[in-house]
Amino acid sequence: MDYIKAFVIGGLFCVIAQLLIDKTKLTPARILVSYVVAGVILGALGLYQPLVDFAGAGATVPLTGFGNLLAKGVHKAVAEQGLLGTLTGGISAASAGISAAIFFGLLIALIFKPKEKS
Amino acid sequence: MPTRIGRYTLLLNSCPSVVGFAALGSKKEAQGPLARCFDLINDDCTFGETTWEKAESRMQQQVVNKALEKSKLSSADIDYIFAGDLLNQCTGSAYGLRDLGIPFLGVYGACSTMAESLLMASIFVDAGCASRTAAVTSSHFCSAEKQFRYPLEYGGQRPPSAQWTVTGAGCAIVGQSDAPPYIRAVTAGRIEDYGIKDANNMGAAMAPAAASTIKQFLEDTGTNPDDYDLILTGDLGQIGSDLLYDLLGRENIDISGHHADCGLLIYDREKQDVHAGGSGCGCAGSVLCSYILSRVRDGEIKNMLFIATGALLSPTSVQQGQSIPGIAHLVHISHTK
Amino acid sequence: MSLTPNEYEQLNKKYSPSSPTWKNCLMAFLVGGLICTLGQVIVNISRSLGLPADEASTAASISLIFLASLLTGLNIFDNIAKVGGAGTLVPITGFSNSITAPALEFKSEGFILGLGAKMFVIAGPVLVYGITASIVYGLILYLFSIV
Repeated sequence: MDYIKAFVIGGLFCVIAQLLIDKTKLTPARILVSYVVAGVILGALGLYQPLVDFAGAGATVPLTGFGNLLAKGVHKAVAEQGLLGTLTGGISAASAGISAAIFFGLLIALIFKPKEKS
Repeated sequence: MPTRIGRYTLLLNSCPSVVGFAALGSKKEAQGPLARCFDLINDDCTFGETTWEKAESRMQQQVVNKALEKSKLSSADIDYIFAGDLLNQCTGSAYGLRDLGIPFLGVYGACSTMAESLLMASIFVDAGCASRTAAVTSSHFCSAEKQFRYPLEYGGQRPPSAQWTVTGAGCAIVGQSDAPPYIRAVTAGRIEDYGIKDANNMGAAMAPAAASTIKQFLEDTGTNPDDYDLILTGDLGQIGSDLLYDLLGRENIDISGHHADCGLLIYDREKQDVHAGGSGCGCAGSVLCSYILSRVRDGEIKNMLFIATGALLSPTSVQQGQSIPGIAHLVHISHTK
Repeated sequence: MSLTPNEYEQLNKKYSPSSPTWKNCLMAFLVGGLICTLGQVIVNISRSLGLPADEASTAASISLIFLASLLTGLNIFDNIAKVGGAGTLVPITGFSNSITAPALEFKSEGFILGLGAKMFVIAGPVLVYGITASIVYGLILYLFSIV
């Protein structure tokens, strides 16, 4: 059941983005930015966590989940550290993902070469 | 000496000849319908180089050498070379041709460069400024994607209106000779901009320029489309070609029975996943300097118009939300003087 | 030819084929759904190894980021994305690909200003606006906490 919920909810997030790309000419980079910011807003309004509880990876793997993580981190940090938490909370919570993407990106770029498309 | 007729058309009275021509392509071009017509095919699109930019320079160098070899000339026999490509500051041409020792005039006309360089090369010969000149262009899928769109490995979808940049190059050597193909006339085009902003729909941005230049030439010369057995546009693709028929139709000019487009000739659109067709300087360049010029030489095409079209945009102008100016230059090529 | 830009845009629409939206959406649903399911598999395995929920979710993200980066290096990711569209873009895999792809491509312009700087041409804005949004949220929370 976990898997079906993750599949359907995750898939739906992608369908919305596909519709935006095909119908509004929004570029993929704009979609990524909108999804992360939307995730922060939904997380801040407390609307995203119920979706995470329901769909698991179906809600955490899409980039909205990344935004939600930022919001969650800030929420916790402000409660613990006050004003300083506004600056530390977001990135702390998302640090594993960001560091992994940078490190693996560097590693792979060092090892491989770009190739023509067919 | 050239004579101006009508408003913008120059008749080249000595009818300079294309004394040698060569075309080069890579893997995807070799899988297309014109594969047999290319002089050089290299399945490795790095052309033995370490970067895409160096690969494109290597292509220009190879195609010029091949054209010289085919016409039994050496670089010392060429007085001026007109060349251009799509890379920033036209480095594909500058680096590719630096070892040739021929006076170099770089031109930028985006994908119209083959017609622009051939136009100038022909005028120089007709005016007696040079005994032989060369016109060269190239484009490379990978260097163009990197500069104008996304990195190659980036996962994106191409919309159906997108065109595929040809990895190819073409070179034509112009001189005085009694053998066809002959350059009879040239028309430089005006910039036309109808407000298209979608960089994934270049055909639509360039079609008005093609229509305007064709109409101008027909008016200047008092001829009509039925006087030509081929009206060949550069890289309008499917959408641009449809728009061209429509625009000219409004002026009561019907070219549909004689028209072909290099972007539609070079690939098999159904099988090769190229969406609206091929594009790039190398598209018009390699198709003209292979399949087309050899047919004019052999008399299978008697009288034709070559109109290469270009979209004069840059990644910066697109990001700043500007519309895409189009340009088209025309060269009248014939089997008889 | 006296057409206004508006009239020409209408003409352009008439001849431009539209994207195959239904097919694209179906493929985005299937590919995106599968990536999230794979994420769930990793979450469940991590849980069974004794990781708490948050850490299991992080493990899934990191694994998918690694996988997407590797497939980018192997010249496979762009072929999946051509079919999957937003299905590969929206999951964390799209973020990973958008970092690895320019890093690979611009390596030819040096390790510092090529690979290192261009790595963020697509993903940079995601971090800029995501982090800014979280800071704005933090400030609002803080203001409410002191009044």
